[in-house]
Amino acid sequence: MPGTLTIAVSKGRILKEAAPLLAQAGIELHDDPQTSRKLILETSRPGVKVVVIRATDVPTYVQYGAAELGIAGKDVLMEHGGEGLYEPLDLRIARCRLMVAGRPGARPHGRRLRVATKYVESTRRYFADQGRQVEIIKLYGSMELAPLVGLADLIVDLVDTGNTLRANGLEPLEHIADISSRLIVNKAAMKMKHDRIVEFVARLRAAVEKREAA
Amino acid sequence: MTRSEHWLLPEGIEEMLPEEAARLESLRRRLLDLYAGWGYELVIPPLVEYLESLLTGTGRDLDLQTFKLVDPASGRLLGVRADMTPQAARIDAHALRRDVPVRLCYLGTVLRTRPDALGGTRCPMQVGAELYGHAGPESDLEIIALMLETLACAGVREVHLDLGHVGIFRGMARAAGLDAEAETELFERLQRKALPDLETWLETAEIPTPYRQAFPALAELHGGPEILERARTVLAGQPSDVQAALDALEDMARRVRSRWPDLPLHLDLAELRGYAYQTGLVFAAFAPGAGQEIARGGRYDEIGRIFGRARPATGFSADLRQLMLLGEPSLPPVRERIFAPPSGEDTALESAVAALRAQGHCVIRALPGQAGADAAAMGCGARLVHREDGWQVEPLDPAPPGDGAAGT
Repeated sequence: MPGTLTIAVSKGRILKEAAPLLAQAGIELHDDPQTSRKLILETSRPGVKVVVIRATDVPTYVQYGAAELGIAGKDVLMEHGGEGLYEPLDLRIARCRLMVAGRPGARPHGRRLRVATKYVESTRRYFADQGRQVEIIKLYGSMELAPLVGLADLIVDLVDTGNTLRANGLEPLEHIADISSRLIVNKAAMKMKHDRIVEFVARLRAAVEKREAA
Repeated sequence: MTRSEHWLLPEGIEEMLPEEAARLESLRRRLLDLYAGWGYELVIPPLVEYLESLLTGTGRDLDLQTFKLVDPASGRLLGVRADMTPQAARIDAHALRRDVPVRLCYLGTVLRTRPDALGGTRCPMQVGAELYGHAGPESDLEIIALMLETLACAGVREVHLDLGHVGIFRGMARAAGLDAEAETELFERLQRKALPDLETWLETAEIPTPYRQAFPALAELHGGPEILERARTVLAGQPSDVQAALDALEDMARRVRSRWPDLPLHLDLAELRGYAYQTGLVFAAFAPGAGQEIARGGRYDEIGRIFGRARPATGFSADLRQLMLLGEPSLPPVRERIFAPPSGEDTALESAVAALRAQGHCVIRALPGQAGADAAAMGCGARLVHREDGWQVEPLDPAPPGDGAAGT
């Protein structure tokens, strides 16, 4: 499939915010991704397709070359490790922060901190960098519940407005990283479809800059 | 493991069934013949060695990739080879000690703790060739030529070549006065061409001002040979070793262009695979259908030092099984399979069978009372039958339509 490009994007907030940027870069989706049940979406540019997948699968698709390009949150990339991928562009969409949160003032005595999170790698690295040994509990959702029921002392999660935290009596405590969506590129595709990909990156970069300037 | 899972293989550990094994063996033979024709002598390094000799000068990545065990005889740590290149270098530097250039090739299974990116195998079958004792671009070009020949031999189509030179980044990092930790952090961001991360990191790094632009610019210096001109401008203020590396890269790009005018060539100044032990030109081959490189190599002039003799060295390696899967299926020459009666007292039958085998035919003996005693069921297209003038090979009658299952 010489000349074709496949872009892997996750459904939801990232796709919603990326669609105007893609349109600005000349790639308009034919179907409405929020209502369509199709997994492969055709676009206004011949040979360019968008596949809609789970956020955590985006780096995997791109790493193995099933898609040449992808749009993934920095949180997902930090967990994945970014091996075999290029991350040339920050799209500055779907912005939030990866934070440690917990109940104000609640600290256990005489035992290790327990931290509940979906982001096991990032959490381990963050606490290890600080020389703190913690016990990590992997959860898949509703992290805020863990400190309330005594499952964990702290959580590590994405924080946008902080409303969910406050509604559950928690507060953001430590800032780990600023998160936004990145454009990722398969290494082999960058070598073999260089001109097309460089041109696409440039158009997308221009779209990002134009929106930031507005 | 429950009783019903005794058949299960560990993650990333693979076996090859007859059809695949036959194709792989056919490719293996063709490649070894190819290397012999180029004067590359086959070496068979051991499966395990003392850990220190396997890991010498190779960096932390290989250490993490190596399975370790304790040798009960010596109490020392052994490593199962994860890469045969350091073994070949040890053989050149210590076991052979020749003054002339030495050309070695090797082929064997290596074991890795973590799966390679593509296909998830932890036991690739590594094939490679190394050339020791010559520092010029001619030997790098010979290795590139042999790598391309290997891919052609495997039937891999639409190969793209990627060239880089680790001397560019290494010279810049030294001139910028980076310590080892800063160099690693910068390296890691450059490998991902992560411009946003690179810029964030540079904001707080203690680094001379000109390098705040030079390193991000390096991440964007990739493309066809025309990027060299831009590289000259961007890197104009860099020290002489960086300029020399750039010269070497340009020279190699010119040589590759003139020798293979139709080969898609890509240059990448921030491509630093094998940075821990590579010392000069690095290269890799890509092909459609593989999301990662399918063969890689480069110059590593220092690795022999620890074995008592630093020699200029350049080489490449690839995973034989991956080449086979990517290449055009080229089955080994099909031998006619002949079904013959069980062995017994008949000396004429025995000599007929021996004669057929000597001619290169495959003769399969029936076993008395075997299940499905039918030539077709045994994959044979002919049978050995006794006629008036002795034992004769006769083709099987074509099976009647709709009667596929023989021996029922």
